[in-house]
Amino acid sequence: MATTEQGTKPGLWGWINKRLPAEEFIRSQLLEYYAPKNFNIWYFFGALSLLVLVIQLLSGIFLTMFYKVGDASAFDSVEYIMREVDYGWLVRYIHSSGASAFFVVVYLHMYRGMMYGSYKAPRELLWLFGMLIYLALMAEAFMGYVLPWGNMSYWGAQVIINLFSTIPVVGGALVEWIRGDYAIADSTLNRFFALHVAAVPLAIILLITLHLVALRQVGSNNPDGIEIKANKGPDGKPVDGIPFHPYYTVKDIFGVGAFLLLFCIVVFFVPTFNGLFLEAANFEPANPVSTPEDITPSWYFTPYYAILRSIPNQRLGALAMLLAILMFFFLPWLDRSPVKSIRYRSGLFKFFFAVFTVSFCGLMYLGLQKAEEPYVTLARICMTGYFLFFVTLPFYSGREKTTHVPQRVTFHE
Amino acid sequence: MTNAGATTEDADNDLSRRKFLTVALGAVAGTGAAFTAVPFLSTWAPSERVRAAGAPAKFDLSKLQPGQMTTIIWRKQPIYIVNRPKDITSKLGEHDARLKDPKSSESDQPAYAQNEKRSVRDDLLVLIGTCTHLGCLPKQHFEPGDATLGADWPGGFYCPCHGSRFDLAGRVFNGSPASLNLRIPPYHVDGNLLTVGEDGAAKTGVA
Repeated sequence: MATTEQGTKPGLWGWINKRLPAEEFIRSQLLEYYAPKNFNIWYFFGALSLLVLVIQLLSGIFLTMFYKVGDASAFDSVEYIMREVDYGWLVRYIHSSGASAFFVVVYLHMYRGMMYGSYKAPRELLWLFGMLIYLALMAEAFMGYVLPWGNMSYWGAQVIINLFSTIPVVGGALVEWIRGDYAIADSTLNRFFALHVAAVPLAIILLITLHLVALRQVGSNNPDGIEIKANKGPDGKPVDGIPFHPYYTVKDIFGVGAFLLLFCIVVFFVPTFNGLFLEAANFEPANPVSTPEDITPSWYFTPYYAILRSIPNQRLGALAMLLAILMFFFLPWLDRSPVKSIRYRSGLFKFFFAVFTVSFCGLMYLGLQKAEEPYVTLARICMTGYFLFFVTLPFYSGREKTTHVPQRVTFHE
Repeated sequence: MTNAGATTEDADNDLSRRKFLTVALGAVAGTGAAFTAVPFLSTWAPSERVRAAGAPAKFDLSKLQPGQMTTIIWRKQPIYIVNRPKDITSKLGEHDARLKDPKSSESDQPAYAQNEKRSVRDDLLVLIGTCTHLGCLPKQHFEPGDATLGADWPGGFYCPCHGSRFDLAGRVFNGSPASLNLRIPPYHVDGNLLTVGEDGAAKTGVA
């Protein structure tokens, strides 16, 4: 296409392209990047994750202009932002709702990958980068939650950091090192601020770059789980592929519109989301001698929290929680089925996947409830269902009864 | 240059020498990086100021009536001080079968508090008030047969976060997510003066 003219193009654009491969980049990454033509609604959430990242970076930068780190000033500075800075409330609600929105789109994005087998060869590394982003995002959200220095910030930090004390031998010293004090204190808040606004965002941006580079290398999967690169036309282009731009840029812009509509409804009408996004106990300053009545983490951590609580042994509980997260990392190797998409997989897989789905949602709900019956027993049942999906996979997936995978993607003209 | 054989030998020598130098450089740089990391990682340890603020805390026990509890702060952690009446301490041995670690053999306490009552003085219970599970503050439920905790509840502490239960010696009940008894800080009592944060023996040793 335009490559031959690159050096000879007149004007500023030509001048730039002689020094920076801008046009070459646009051509190879957008105009001649072929994505499967059968993407459905589940394929919005990758682009939306990127949008939420931008929202968080922008709103976060503005919050740091008014936030004052320190155990004596943090809580007051957040109140100052909310009450006295013009539109400060809006910037903060965008940032706090954005955190939850990030997990909504990322969880849906991950679920899509699980449904259509996007973690399978050749996309294992792509999946692993995604999982690392998910881990970094959890760290980012946790530390961000500590910064307002409300009472739930304080006790949430206490509980999460104490998880490390369950590590044999070094646990106690490690926890003291993380806190920089004998309890959660100013020093903890200060280092969390540094990590939240600089270190972890940089790591996330780096990981997202690697995630996208790996995606460009292997190409997108699709709801049929067919490799479109295996079926190319005489022109060398995949017959089931369409250029990312304009086809998917236009589709994603529609998704962005729908997302922003929902996002604004939350930001303007229900920013606390009935205590799910911002908890009542966090409107009181941190108090080291008073634990809130119920400690519940933010909703996006509750599945793991429910697992942690349901085991009546501290070390085993923390281990189960860690394993529950690590399972996703092992998924590409636990699943030995040659068929990617759930559309063509066995009833057995569909059954266990349904059990996993119900269990995950169940745990999410149960982690928000009190640590008493019947919730504890229900959480144990859901935990079993959660792990059952991963643990049974290697035993049946190698020889499960799959249906016939078509040569071409399913597409309705 | 005239001898082709010698040139190959030289090339081989060059390659192995280059490989050795590469590995040696990597090892030196790696060691250097590891040592450089030490000061940066050390900045995270409790600072001099934090350590100085961790000095022993004192409390006048005459303020505490039998059955009462108070909380003081030592090293930013709540220290529970309970004046246990005799009718409580005499019954402490009766529910050993329901405890995870009745003899406190796994738990964390100074040697002088590793006894039946987990204390120096029978009436005086001194605990670090953070749950050994994940660090919440167990709440006082001293009334035996407490409505929420069942008719066989002998009185003690209940952690609202994850439901761990402890008796009035800070010992953990079966079925709790916590595995160890509440920790006991080093402390000593001189008359009515309680000092938390140092052993009595250490002090007399200096004197």
